[in-house]
Amino acid sequence: MKFATRLVHFAASPGDPNRPMATPIYQTATFEQTAADGFGPYDYSRSGNPTRRVLEDQVAALEGGCRGLAFSSGMAAITSVARLLQSGDEILADWDLYGGTTRLFAKVLNRVGITVRYVDAANAAALEEAISPATRLIFVESPTNPMLRVLDLAAIAAVAAQHKILFCVDNSTMSPYLQNPLALGADIVMHSATKFLCGHSDVTAGMIVVKDEALAQEIHFLQNAEGNALAPFDSFLLLRGLKTLKLRMDAQQANATQIAKFLAQHPKVNAVYYPGLPGHPGYAVQQRQARGAGAVIGFTAGSAARAKQIAEQAKLFKIAVSFGSVNSTISIPYAMSHASVPAEQRAARGIPEDLLRLSIGVEDAQDLIDDLAAQLN
Amino acid sequence: MPDQKDFQPSTLVIHSNRVYESQSNSILFPIHQTATYIHESVGVTKGYGYSRGANPTVNALEQAIAAVEGTTTALCFRSGMAAITTLCLGLLKAGDHVVLSDVIYGGTSRLFHQVLGNFGLEYSSIDTSDINAVEQALKPNTRLIFVETPANPTLKLSDVKALADLAHSRENILLAVDNTFLTPLLQNCLNLGADISMLSTTKYIDGHNATIGGSLATHNEAVIERLRLVRKTIGTIQAPFDSWLALQGIKTLPARLAMHCAHAGEIARWLENHPRVAHVYYPGLDSFPQKALAEKQQKGFGGMMAFELHADAAQTLAYINALKLATCAESLGSVETLITHPATASHCDLTPEVRARLGISDRLIRLSVGLESPKDLIADFDQAFTAVFGAQA
Repeated sequence: MKFATRLVHFAASPGDPNRPMATPIYQTATFEQTAADGFGPYDYSRSGNPTRRVLEDQVAALEGGCRGLAFSSGMAAITSVARLLQSGDEILADWDLYGGTTRLFAKVLNRVGITVRYVDAANAAALEEAISPATRLIFVESPTNPMLRVLDLAAIAAVAAQHKILFCVDNSTMSPYLQNPLALGADIVMHSATKFLCGHSDVTAGMIVVKDEALAQEIHFLQNAEGNALAPFDSFLLLRGLKTLKLRMDAQQANATQIAKFLAQHPKVNAVYYPGLPGHPGYAVQQRQARGAGAVIGFTAGSAARAKQIAEQAKLFKIAVSFGSVNSTISIPYAMSHASVPAEQRAARGIPEDLLRLSIGVEDAQDLIDDLAAQLN
Repeated sequence: MPDQKDFQPSTLVIHSNRVYESQSNSILFPIHQTATYIHESVGVTKGYGYSRGANPTVNALEQAIAAVEGTTTALCFRSGMAAITTLCLGLLKAGDHVVLSDVIYGGTSRLFHQVLGNFGLEYSSIDTSDINAVEQALKPNTRLIFVETPANPTLKLSDVKALADLAHSRENILLAVDNTFLTPLLQNCLNLGADISMLSTTKYIDGHNATIGGSLATHNEAVIERLRLVRKTIGTIQAPFDSWLALQGIKTLPARLAMHCAHAGEIARWLENHPRVAHVYYPGLDSFPQKALAEKQQKGFGGMMAFELHADAAQTLAYINALKLATCAESLGSVETLITHPATASHCDLTPEVRARLGISDRLIRLSVGLESPKDLIADFDQAFTAVFGAQA
């Protein structure tokens, strides 16, 4: 079956005698046992819930993994991945990451003895050189947030495999429709499901998919022990949103391509970051490892003040963090999504203060272009 | 509306979040099922930027919980375990030492023994009902005393005020109490001196088995701000819809607790007088060795109890299986009466030796008394005795 078909044809209500088309919401904390010392497939919703399980199985299938796990947020998912490590272990991460991930590494994991070193993972040789005996996990995004750099995931996977290091890819900017990191050699793919998987800005959620059953069990153990699994109602909303992933992404990506081209030829725009433009340094790798460039675009406006003015005067682009929704949004990463990056690191990373990040929605492309044109002129 | 502090808890749980600028005059707080918020301008919001950090509906529940805790701020989490995880990640670091109650919910001990221990946290499981044992267990690097009282599943009590005095006689030791069995309405741990009150809101706060959730409350603003930052960072905040359900549940908390206590007292006395029952652990019984402590620090004896039969483990399991109204399921504190066998359920991760030392025998039955008529429940317990032990039962 092709992707569009798989999105709507799956076991939505396994075992339910009423055979509902939509997955029932099992809004329950606990389940009756089969006997005083006997348990059915579900015993307590922190450990497992039928609504959540349908979502987990569906996303696992879409990502080509053996098991999916749904979390209360993308950060909860990453926290659980980091829990696979112990005090004294080290994470090697690409330098361009979502600000919340950087904050987790810098403000929480450091206190429990996990160190993080940042490298330019676009250079696989440099990455390999940076590996130390303590390195247990390589963590990257591609395309990265907010600079939309493209990393060669197969090349990184080869390095990780050779050194027997876990390799985790945050696939939030792509979704399983456009990119499958497990097929490229990653051990773990994670999503902020709040973004394209949900698509409607109505759920905060995270997903992990792995291809190794033992690793799945280890992460499930942590999820149950720490209690950060996704709620049943949010699982239902996510299942509902997921059905239109291809429709939405096709529309958003078509809009994004037009808008990126418009920005690239606009005299008042300094630089455009979109891996779908042939001039983007990662264009060839993106063409090879993904099936599209997504719907997130960055561009620089010349000055921080001008960026602020464009964001605040735009009519259709709402100022908001997050991306991947049907609504177009505009943000200034330096001041918003990446404000949580420690100041010295923010300077070292060189996130431009005049960078605007656009998440392109499903509105009419011409309306969006007109809105941007009005602010740029 | 008059100042909140003028109201009784039964009023506060209903009206704690009525201060909402509603254009619809909806009597119920709306469900803000949103991930993100439109900023007024770059960096300027009305306090809500992203629902992983804060959400109005979650905040409404937090206000209701803060009201019953008798403080200004509480934080809600995806589960009780997420609350404890956030507490530990927020306030502790590698090398710190924690004193834990030896009798404690199995999930809490699993969290410390099998997860947090990997990150350089030291912990000692101590009989926290013995203040001298706790004092002897303190080390220079002790930063947290975490107790459960009444403890799950044996109902053993720890003296919250004595523990608070001990913690505060040292530098940099906080006392956190898991108050899930009683809730702040029956035992106000913050008033008794604890620094942090923790609840699995899955239990009495929700009360209907509808949601999984947890909460932390404290008078310490610095602690709240740190926990808020860590919750946002590790993404453990409660979901909006689940917050709304719990918000509906908490409105009947005072009424439900009164009934839970009354029914439990009646059933405990009936069980204690039954010839097939070897022992009943319920703080309201004269036979309960710590009844005086319960009367000192609690405002009620709660709806939880444990009991053992004159029977072996197999007969104990058969007895649970023979019950028709009392349902065998994990969790507690709901309108439904739930019965469990801790050795194979909530405390199955402990070794048999540890369980034996802590009094969690293979014959121990945990009972969460619900809101069904006690007459019907007693009839159910009675028919199960006959079913398993014959007419002589």
